[in-house]
Order: sequence, then C-alpha cells, then structure tokens
Amino acid sequence: MSFIQSMDQIFITLQHWIAGLFPLWLQPAVMAILAVVAILGAFPAIFAVTTVLERKGLGRMQNRLGPNRVGPLGILQPVADGIKSLTKEDIVPFTADGLVHFLAPLVLVTAVFLGFAVLPIGRNMVLVNMDAGLFFFFAIGASVELSIFMAGWSSRNKYSLLGAMRAIAQMISYEVPLLLSSVVAVMITGSLSTTKIVEAQSGFTGIFPHWYVFTPWGFAGFILFVIAALAETNRSPFDLPEGESELVAGYFTEYSGFKFALFFLGEYLGMLSIAGFGITLFLGGWGAPFSFLGFIPSWLWFFLKLFAAISFFIWLRGTLPRLRQDQLMNFAWKFMLPMALLNLVVAGAWRFLGEGWQRWIICSVVLLAAYFLLGRTLMRHQKLGPRSYRYAE
Amino acid sequence: MIHGIGIVFLITSAITVAGALAAALLKNLIHCVLCLSITLAGLALLYLQLDAQFAGFAQILVYIGAVAILVVFAILLTRGAGIPEYRNVSSSWLVSLVIAAAIFALLTWAVIRSFPATAAGAAPGATVQSIGSALMSTYVLPLEIVAVLLTVALIGAVIVAMPESGAAGKSIEKGGAQ
Repeated sequence: MSFIQSMDQIFITLQHWIAGLFPLWLQPAVMAILAVVAILGAFPAIFAVTTVLERKGLGRMQNRLGPNRVGPLGILQPVADGIKSLTKEDIVPFTADGLVHFLAPLVLVTAVFLGFAVLPIGRNMVLVNMDAGLFFFFAIGASVELSIFMAGWSSRNKYSLLGAMRAIAQMISYEVPLLLSSVVAVMITGSLSTTKIVEAQSGFTGIFPHWYVFTPWGFAGFILFVIAALAETNRSPFDLPEGESELVAGYFTEYSGFKFALFFLGEYLGMLSIAGFGITLFLGGWGAPFSFLGFIPSWLWFFLKLFAAISFFIWLRGTLPRLRQDQLMNFAWKFMLPMALLNLVVAGAWRFLGEGWQRWIICSVVLLAAYFLLGRTLMRHQKLGPRSYRYAE
Repeated sequence: MIHGIGIVFLITSAITVAGALAAALLKNLIHCVLCLSITLAGLALLYLQLDAQFAGFAQILVYIGAVAILVVFAILLTRGAGIPEYRNVSSSWLVSLVIAAAIFALLTWAVIRSFPATAAGAAPGATVQSIGSALMSTYVLPLEIVAVLLTVALIGAVIVAMPESGAAGKSIEKGGAQ
C-alpha cells in the first residue's frame, strides 16, 4: 500500500496487529475490545478539549477572557474540573429516590456511548456495521429521554421535575423533524447503513464532491437536522430545560460531584455523536471536500468536520438568545414538521425527475417558496419593526 | 422440539420476565413503569437475537422512547409525583389465579402447537428493504389506513388541547401565554 493509504488505514492495521498477538479463537473479541477502548478513549478526550474550547470561545464572544489560570492559556482546565468533580461530596437529598437517582446518569452515559457504535469515523472504521445502523442510533437516542425523566423525578424537587417535563416535551417534539430530515438521505441512498450512506457521497464531479448538502433537498435537510439536533441535546438556543437563570439547573439540580460530571459528559457526548451523524448523513462523512485533497487521511477529515461542527454549536450558543417554551413548540410543530415533510416530497421528485439542470431549478424553487410562505404566514401576527435603541439621558 | 436455547436467550428472557414481574408487583407506580421499560428492552433484545433488526429497533424507538414516556406523563398528570401506593391483596384472588392460569395454558398450547416438526431451514430474510417493498406493494392499503388514523389522532389531540373560545377561554389564554 502506498504511504497515503497506509496512513489512512493506520488504526485498522494497528488493531489487526495487536489482535494477531492473541490466539485465533480470541481474536474477534480482542478486535471488538480494542475498538471499544479506542472510542472510550478518543471521544471523552474530545469532550475535554470541547469544554475548554467552549469556555474560551464563549468568553471571547462575551468580550472577556475564558479560564486562563490552569496551564498555558487555560488548556489544562478540564483536568482541574475532573479533579474537582471527583473530590466533591456527593449529596443526595434525604427524600430522593435513591436507586433511581443513582441510575439516571448511568443510563444516560450508557445510551450515549452506545450511539457511537455505528458512527463511521474513517474508511473501514466503524465499530459495528449494522444494516439498520441509523435506526439503531435514533432508537438509542430515544432512550435518553427516559433517563432525563428519571433524573428529574427522583430528585423530589419541583424545579427538577419542571425542568425534566420541559426537556422531555422538547425532545419528543424535535425527534419527529430529526427523523424526517434524516430520512431524505436514507431515501436517496437506498440503505439505512451508515457506511453505505457515506460511500454514496464519496464520488466527485470535477473537483466537487457528491455530498448531500450540495443538493436542494440535502441543504434543507441539513439545516432542519442541525436545528433539531440542537434541540435534542438541549443545547442553546434550546436550553430552557437547563437554563441557569430560569430553573436553577433543571433536571440535574440535585446532582453534585461525579454524577453531575457524568451528566455533563453525557450531554456533550450526545452533542458530539449527533454532530457526527449530521456529518455522516449530509456532509460526506470521512470524504474529502475536494478531489485533490484526498491525500489527507479519512479519519482526519472526520475529526476536522467534527471540530467545525462543534465550533459552530459554540458560536450559536454565544450568539442567539434562548427560545421560550411555547416558541420552541410552535417552531417544531408548525414550521419544522411541514418543512421536513415537504423536503421528503422534493427529494422524491428529485429522484424521479432524472438527471439534468431542470430538477435543480424545480426543487430549489419549491423549497424556497415553501420556506417564505410558511415563514411569513406564521409570523403575520408578530409586530416586528426596525430595531430601536434607547440610551440613558 | 426446541432447538438451540443458548445462554444469551436465557439471560435475555430472565431479564424480561423479572422486569414484567417487578412491574406488576412493586408498590411505587413510577418504579413499575421503569421496570416495564426494562421488559420492553428485553423484548427488543429478543427480536434482535432473531435477526429482526427493524422490529427490534422499532420496539426501542416506539415503546421505550414514546409509550413509556406517555405512561409516565399519564401517571404524573393524574396522580402527582412520589406518593407510594399501598397495595391491598384483592379479595377474589382465587378466581383471578384460575383465570390467569387458564389464559397462560391457552397461550402455551397455541405456541407449542405452532412449532414445525423439523428444524426450520434458513430463516427468511426480513431486511428493512424487503419490509419497505412489501409495504409499498402488497400492504399499501393498510399503510394508507394507518396514515389516516395518525392524522385523525393528531387532529383529535389538537382539538382536545385547544383552549375554548369565548371570555373564559380568552382570560385563560392571556394568563397562559406568559
């Protein structure tokens, strides 16, 4: 293999070499354990980098420095956070339901780690190549809601319960546009397997890739997916369930010490995995953006795209104000659901109109017209005029 | 008769049965719902062992992700949170035991009667693709009827939850739209 290909497959080669040191009957188990250990090591490391990136990025956007005491430029802040959360006293309220209170963060972290099993990180680098891989991911994501309810109810705290109810209502509402907007990619590929979806996007015309985001239905689907993903992971601007100024800390008010760290870990890992799936479905997975950049390894492209997605999420958190609960719900059911259904119809029309420039024009015009009509119709009662500033005299 | 009961099947069915027993016998209603979720997860694992990927994942997505949450909401909105129920033993427990045993015997007889005489050959592939093409060709009428049913349910939910028009409705609306 040439040097480029060997760099591309370096982790696979390493895995096979280590498994080769064991007897034959033990090798499949060793290969699976190695892949699991790699996932358990890599993604929490990315989580640690994400926390420091977020705090510095948010600080800069709010015209202040972020953490800058621990290590040069505050890079070692996650280490300090980890030590703090390990040594803090674990306070469980007296009337709390002990077993459920203990199990809620475990269920969350387990469900989130299971979702990484079908993420194709590079060429040939997926832990389990399931035929219904995407379906598996969304099914596991639905189990997260149960853990949030467990956390909120077992604390016997009205703020926790209220936060849990809001979080569950939000997650259930946004699950429908999330699934519908990802179904377009499945429709055009013809398979639910994540590796096949990435492979279907790996061709190039000239120097431009065949990513689904560069088609009208793919672009609309990608935007809908990103908005629904932000709402699914309770991420700003949809973070009313855990808004610090509204509900203390929502469903994890009564958690302290390491359990709080587990909730934090679960939430950020959920954000990473759903960003990874957005990349897989619409942004070409591990494929290069231009055909002449194919010498960079596939897993490096995946992590670069993941890094871009995380930076985008942090940017949104620092910029947009929080949505109110009824605004959230209206947006999900009245705007995103019709747009997602229309996107399905447009994707079907794309498939059956055949090749050519007509289908680009027709699909784009239909989507843009629907967006403007739906948006204007929903906003006709809002009195939005030009912005006016009032300064102190 | 029954071929190849592996250790995985035994563990999965033990989890399922334990969850179902706990869901019926526990005092705290929310604990019962959580054990019911364990039972539903055990059922999904059984489907997955039989290589029915679509059925297994649909079970997790629909039952654990939606039905369990629905049951939880129903309990919370009607009974409030965190009051353990006192369980009384029913006075007609003998009759209920007889009826339950009769139903169990009927179901067991029906299941055992359906075992093939010889071991089955290669399992028919129930891939997602074959389910999809069957839904679009042979079963398209049930698909459309389910779609109409879902639309009716959605419209019904909106009508039930809609605030009433009129003076009383308007004051409720103004108070609630904060």
